[in-house]
Amino acid sequence: MSERVPGVAAALRRVTYAYNSHPVLEDVDLTIYTGDFTAVIGPNGGGKTTLLKLLLGLLKPRTGTVTLFGEEPAKTAHRVGYVPQDVHINRFFPLTVLELTLMGRLGPGHLLRHYSAKDVAAAEAALDRMEMLAYRKARLDELSGGQRQRVFIARALASEPEALFLDEPAAGVDSAGQKDLYSHLKELNDHMTILVVTHDLLVLSTYVKSVVCVNRSLVHHPSPEVTADMLRLGYRCPVELLGHGHLPHRVLPLHGDKDRG
Amino acid sequence: MGEWLQLAFVQNAFAASLLAAVLCGVVGTYVVANRMAYLAGGVAHAAYGGVGLAFFMKIPPMAGILGFTSVSAVIMGMISLRERHRADTAISVLWAFGMALGVLLVDLTPGYGADLMSYLFGSILTVSRTSLAAMAALTVLVLLFTALFHKELAAVSYDEHFARVRGLPVTALYLTLIGMIALTVVVLVQVVGLILVIALLTIAPYIAEKTSRSLQGMMFRAIVLNTIFGSVGLGLSLALNVTSGAAVICVAAAGYLVSVSLSALKQRMGYGQGHV
Repeated sequence: MSERVPGVAAALRRVTYAYNSHPVLEDVDLTIYTGDFTAVIGPNGGGKTTLLKLLLGLLKPRTGTVTLFGEEPAKTAHRVGYVPQDVHINRFFPLTVLELTLMGRLGPGHLLRHYSAKDVAAAEAALDRMEMLAYRKARLDELSGGQRQRVFIARALASEPEALFLDEPAAGVDSAGQKDLYSHLKELNDHMTILVVTHDLLVLSTYVKSVVCVNRSLVHHPSPEVTADMLRLGYRCPVELLGHGHLPHRVLPLHGDKDRG
Repeated sequence: MGEWLQLAFVQNAFAASLLAAVLCGVVGTYVVANRMAYLAGGVAHAAYGGVGLAFFMKIPPMAGILGFTSVSAVIMGMISLRERHRADTAISVLWAFGMALGVLLVDLTPGYGADLMSYLFGSILTVSRTSLAAMAALTVLVLLFTALFHKELAAVSYDEHFARVRGLPVTALYLTLIGMIALTVVVLVQVVGLILVIALLTIAPYIAEKTSRSLQGMMFRAIVLNTIFGSVGLGLSLALNVTSGAAVICVAAAGYLVSVSLSALKQRMGYGQGHV
């Protein structure tokens, strides 16, 4: 029996990025294997969203190289389903759920033609998968935060992607909605690589397979346990975790290299 | 009112207000949906620099405005594309600088100066056949462009990052959109004045946005509203012998107030809830 070696979905090699002269990521390495379910955590401004945008080619690194499916992200980003942060999006935009989902079918080869029956079928299938098909004629501001996020995921799925990159999909979603959202993602992970930016430690142990901590530097933990390193990186004060109380997580003691970083 | 409609200049004025209604309904839908009202205001005001420039260099005003506006619109577009949420400052600078430059250049030109008031409020009652033709041509162009690219324009307007990941030519589409706004401003400013252009670009589309389920629906509603505002305003200005542009703006502002109060009332009565 040969061991199955997973391919590499995305990689950063010695990547540095700065906004003006303010460094956000410094000399960072990362390999995301096909089939992984990775959580990216870290403090606000620590570089989580920047990391995601670098991987998608939305930002170009100052130095270093980024590859997505073995090529430049500009060439392969369309193979990723992207779920951007909700906060910057105009909530009152006149758009129905179905029209929004159809945007996942757009691409350079589709200019100047109408959506085909196949496009509509794919969009409806994606909505159905996220249990939002009944809302296809609703306006976006008629949905709850969790429902809106599920539509954004459906839009990403409509392109039939090989991976799903999500930027804080649980922001502004109540805790029942969050659980629901993450169990959907866990199901999707059966046949696609998932990378999710979050500052929610509760998701880690229950749903994800590996954890990336970003705070200018980057540490990739191959298993989902919550470590003191993560707490240090993720939160200024570990007490914040206590807020999540009786949820099923494990907090492990420091590992040997206390003074890392 | 009946005998007025026989007069050529009144007919021209109504034709102009109808064309402006269509043009601003379509372009204004993108302005409002993209939250670019401030950028549109900046482009419109900076255009006065072009008036001054044309005056100073003794070239046709259209050429001066077109050149100056295109350059400032592209600059504003590039800045807001790079930092969409922090572009206000740069837009303010161009806004103020364009107007100031216009005033200075008019001051420096000997002879009778261009009237700033007529630039601000326009004179729709004296619109020429040439201006009408220019408006009609631009309207056709804008309708054609939006019909061809409506899916892509909607995607870029709604979520530029997602559109980029999908491989759409976001920068080109966005700059074309801003170019379209700039052209609309250039052509309309000379007919209906700068303040009315901003009013027609923003007020009706804003009212329309609340009840529409697609950009096309929003455009249609905005065109209908702009037509009502334009005709009622023009009628009032003829009947009361007051400035036409200002009359149209006041009617539009009244419409805006009614719409805001109606939706507040609706919310209070609990109709605002979502439905499937």
